[in-house]
Amino acid sequence: MDTFLQTLKDALAIGSLYALIALGYTMVYGILKFINFAHSDVVVLGAWGSLVLSRWLEARTGSTWTTDTPAPAYIGLLVLLAAMVFCGLVGFTIERLAYKPLRKAPRLNVLITAIGVSLFLQNTGQLESLFGNRPRSIPALLPDQTLVSIGRVNVTTLDVVGLGTAVALMVLLEWLVFHTKMGRAMRAVSHNTTTASLMGVPVNRVISFTFVLGSMLAAAGGFLWSLKYQQIGQTADTSWTLLGLKAFVAAVVGGIGNVRGAMVGGLAIGSLEMFGCAYYKSSMADVYVFGVLIVVLLFRPGGILGKATIEKV
Amino acid sequence: MLEVRDVSVSYGAIKALHGVSLTVEQGQIVTLIGCNGAGKSTTLRAISGLVKPSAGSIHFEGKPVSRMPPHEIVRLGVVQAPEGRGIFSNMTVRENIDLGAFTRSDKHAIAADREKAMELFPRLRERISQNAGTLSGGEQQMLAIARALMARPRLLLLDEPSLGLAPQIVQTIFKIIRELNAPPPRGAGTTILLVEQNAHMALNIAHHAYVLEVGAITMQGPAAQLAASDEVRKAYLGGR
Ligand SMILES: Nc1ncnc2c1ncn2[C@@H]1O[C@H](COP(=O)(O)OP(=O)(O)OP(=O)(O)O)[C@@H](O)[C@H]1O
Ligand SMILES: [Mg+2]
Repeated sequence: MDTFLQTLKDALAIGSLYALIALGYTMVYGILKFINFAHSDVVVLGAWGSLVLSRWLEARTGSTWTTDTPAPAYIGLLVLLAAMVFCGLVGFTIERLAYKPLRKAPRLNVLITAIGVSLFLQNTGQLESLFGNRPRSIPALLPDQTLVSIGRVNVTTLDVVGLGTAVALMVLLEWLVFHTKMGRAMRAVSHNTTTASLMGVPVNRVISFTFVLGSMLAAAGGFLWSLKYQQIGQTADTSWTLLGLKAFVAAVVGGIGNVRGAMVGGLAIGSLEMFGCAYYKSSMADVYVFGVLIVVLLFRPGGILGKATIEKV
Repeated sequence: MLEVRDVSVSYGAIKALHGVSLTVEQGQIVTLIGCNGAGKSTTLRAISGLVKPSAGSIHFEGKPVSRMPPHEIVRLGVVQAPEGRGIFSNMTVRENIDLGAFTRSDKHAIAADREKAMELFPRLRERISQNAGTLSGGEQQMLAIARALMARPRLLLLDEPSLGLAPQIVQTIFKIIRELNAPPPRGAGTTILLVEQNAHMALNIAHHAYVLEVGAITMQGPAAQLAASDEVRKAYLGGR
């Protein structure tokens, strides 16, 4: 029972993180029909941005934030919001400079550009003058207090805040996409760009907005990831690539282009990974994830919530 | 009201329009007829800003619009119900209708217009929360027109509204087009540019007509006069 609860907790934590990141992949795919390979690098910038800012704040206030003496709550919130704004701007800029000029180009060109942007971000990030090429640890922004214990499983502040933030952001996004005028415009552009523009929808603005939104969620993902693991890898570290890939798999499994699908897919992949590790072989975590990708692509290529599609990419 | 002058449009190497000129006077129904591939849809696309003319100019109420992005042209009041209807099948009927009012923010007036649109097309009221993809072809066409009306068009561009519909529904659609064009209080007095392959019906309701053949206007005149001409009767009305 303890194992089950512990695994469930882990699955929710990692699954909601995958979901946050998967949303960015799926929204951009929904609108521009290409995989934004640079998306995982925006997650990385969210994590490193959080690290740099919290280190700076630590130095400015002359404090040392450890798990026993963590930063006050508002600092965490401030860092999260700043990371989101920063990544939102990064996402906006990437779209403007790299993707917008290719609006009428073949999709393959855009895909290759995305890989280029990704490599650029990974490698410039490792410059000594930026983040350097070694892993670093982020100050403790949250107390690691146990709030409740169920059996031998402790639910900590970190667990609650992490999951709470992810869920709150997804609820907000769901509301935005399905209940606001902007969300309706996004769905219209995603369905048919030309017809959307005939409704008076400013398509380029909607695309920019989508990138900003996806990048802000990515920032939150990077932030939560760094709180969870404290130590974060350099920008070209494979841990990031793997995180990005798993989130991408979550998007595909949920049905790429489908916002609710990304959320479901994230939780599904997180659960699969964690339960697989806990009850079978932990060394095979990645095998489960990519195995399920293959199975889904074979038997339900549209994803769990997607409709079956014939053409794509 | 609308002045298309010597407009040429190419799709890559394919030249679809060679110097098309046409005028739409306020309050009229003008029809543009022609065979498949003549360039009718391309003409409407150029007016809506979806394709950019390689030569020529388009003015709406004296304003040059050929370099404007499509969404700004909609804001001027030039609204198109495109060929194939362009229904958002991932949304409900209601959401489709509301998208038509995207350029507006006057909530109460939008609600009133939605009410009016549903009076015009009672079918849509019954289907309001249904997914728009599940509508029949005729209902989708009604939705496309209702949605276009939500933008309060000053000039309504209709691209083959009768395509693929049963004769009875075609009658209904044409009756509504005529009603929309009727001056207030009976109608809205909306100016309409109607692209049709159903030349018979189109010439019947239009004031003025243009015939488009392989990218160029070959005939024009009052609709009644064209309907009576030998050439048009032979080529488009199935007469001898
Ligand atoms: N996107 C495109 N790319 C290349 N050629 C195109 C494109 N759209 C249209 N054409 C060509 O331009 C010409 C005019 O097409 P258009 O769609 O304007 O014809 P139309 O008069 O509306 O025909 P229909 O009655 O079949 O709708 C055709 O020869 C068509 O093949
Ligand atoms: Mg056409």
